[in-house]
Amino acid sequence: MNISTKTRKNYRQYLLAFLFLLPFLLFVLLCWIGPLGTTILLSFSDAKYVLSRMSYAGFSNYIKIFRFDLYVPEILKITVFYIGCVLIINALFSFLLAIMVTYYIKHEMVGAVYRVLWFLPRMLPTIIYALMWIWFIDPDIGLLNPILKLFGFAGPESWILQKPFSYILLVAVNGFIGVSWGMLIYSAAIKSIPISFFEAAMIDGATRFQIIKEIILPLLRWPMLFVTAWQTLSLMGSYGEILAIWGSHGTARAAGVDVWALYTYFKAFALGDYSYAAALSMILVIIGIILILIYFKIFGYGRLMQST
Amino acid sequence: MANLATKKRYKMVLFSRVLQGIIPHSILAIPLIVPVSMLAWLIIQAFSDRVTIGLIPGHFTFDNFRFLWEKIQFGTSVYPNIWPVMANSLFLTLTQVGLTVIVSSLAGYAISRMRFPGRSSMMTFIIALHAFPGVLMLVALLYILVKLGLYGKGFLTLAGITLIKTGLEIPMATWILKGFFDGIPWEVEEAAFIDGCSKFMAWRKVLFPIVKPGISAIAVFAFMSGWGEWILAYTYLKDPRWYTLPVLLYSCIGEFKYVDWGFLAAMALFYLIPSLIFFLLAQKTLLKIQLVGAVKG
Repeated sequence: MNISTKTRKNYRQYLLAFLFLLPFLLFVLLCWIGPLGTTILLSFSDAKYVLSRMSYAGFSNYIKIFRFDLYVPEILKITVFYIGCVLIINALFSFLLAIMVTYYIKHEMVGAVYRVLWFLPRMLPTIIYALMWIWFIDPDIGLLNPILKLFGFAGPESWILQKPFSYILLVAVNGFIGVSWGMLIYSAAIKSIPISFFEAAMIDGATRFQIIKEIILPLLRWPMLFVTAWQTLSLMGSYGEILAIWGSHGTARAAGVDVWALYTYFKAFALGDYSYAAALSMILVIIGIILILIYFKIFGYGRLMQST
Repeated sequence: MANLATKKRYKMVLFSRVLQGIIPHSILAIPLIVPVSMLAWLIIQAFSDRVTIGLIPGHFTFDNFRFLWEKIQFGTSVYPNIWPVMANSLFLTLTQVGLTVIVSSLAGYAISRMRFPGRSSMMTFIIALHAFPGVLMLVALLYILVKLGLYGKGFLTLAGITLIKTGLEIPMATWILKGFFDGIPWEVEEAAFIDGCSKFMAWRKVLFPIVKPGISAIAVFAFMSGWGEWILAYTYLKDPRWYTLPVLLYSCIGEFKYVDWGFLAAMALFYLIPSLIFFLLAQKTLLKIQLVGAVKG
């Protein structure tokens, strides 16, 4: 009797929780689970130009990726280069910025101004950010080439199309967006180090550089790993700015900025090869899921909850 | 001799002091030339008839803002002025804000406060969603829009995009709010129960006012994300009548890039103002939200 009322009460509680979660679950179904299933489905189909008619095509799209698409090795190279270079900015240069802004800048106000300004690119809508860059690199009216000229460098005719320059632009555009996040995480981590650590080190006569090397760096190992892990994932899918600045498939290909996700986008929405694009994005989805599982293993569930 | 050595040492110390003062500022400030000059250009260009070598303004004019009352034309599309497009953008953004607040506060509360089977795996799942770049599934989302009968249907497409955008941001908003609910002591709620509140009443009358800062935080976050949304609208919206501001602006960049920078800058500034205001007013909150996770590159 007692047990059954208790279970009944439990069930009522579960029902209530379910009702609270229902809208959330519907959205997750619509925007995450549904699309994931659809991506898998599409990648095994032959959908092209229209999405209403398709038939099963087995692994042919995947075979095409690994065997016959001559462009895939280059895309892969560009993607690895892109993620690697932007990560150096987002995970390492941001560390330098965090040290500078929390440890060297004594003035509270000045530090705050720096932080806000560094955060600005991240907060700007994609299109505004893209427009600003389009102006900045313009050889006729932009500011970049005149600045370079001041230092005796000749800027290129076109930052968009000429090759080593387009790579630099690619990394800079995304670096400015990503760097502030690492800076923020590191600053919070540095601030949470007890002041007594620093005092003890100062009494022992440690220099600033020694303090950074012996105290801050070891304590920031986890945040650094965390930032690197998180940013790798989000960089895999961040191509909005590249799309906005380079604009078309041809331009992006000529400039060598066609990263995997962008290639997928063009395959689907410029060329209408939906099933092939689905297979291409499936590769990234699988890599993403594997990475997430690895991160859960490395950070441990509890630690991940804490750091987020 | 000894004096000379002291002097030398003194010089060294002074030198390293100066260096320690200059180096941090130059590392922090030099790269900032890029975004700051860009923003400065946008403002200067919007209000002057002609700008030379980047940043030197010509005469002050308000003419670049004529899109506020005159028609905008590019290709075959004509708009009476910018306001209908502004209305589309506002629809998307405000709907997203409303839905995000309702859905994520219900879910955040349930996850923080209620016991149910699968609760901890649900939390893991939310973090995984939150880490995963949703834009990778753009093809599949198109398929879903088509299947739901929302593709190529004018306003319905805009509504579909709004739902998708909301759904993509909801795991993060829920996670943020769960954190806010976690911070409220249980006693507050118990007191409400003792006073005879139901769970729902407790949520509405007691908890809601306490988590208001959290709710305003996710509202600001949802506003920024909805207002800045470009890629979904650009990809799925084919009918210029239902364009949002960023899509219109992007079309105009293609059309007027070498012709009328003043017009582009003015329209960009017009579109940027709400984001800028929110950024300046709520930057502390936004920074705090960012600590929860990166949504961009």
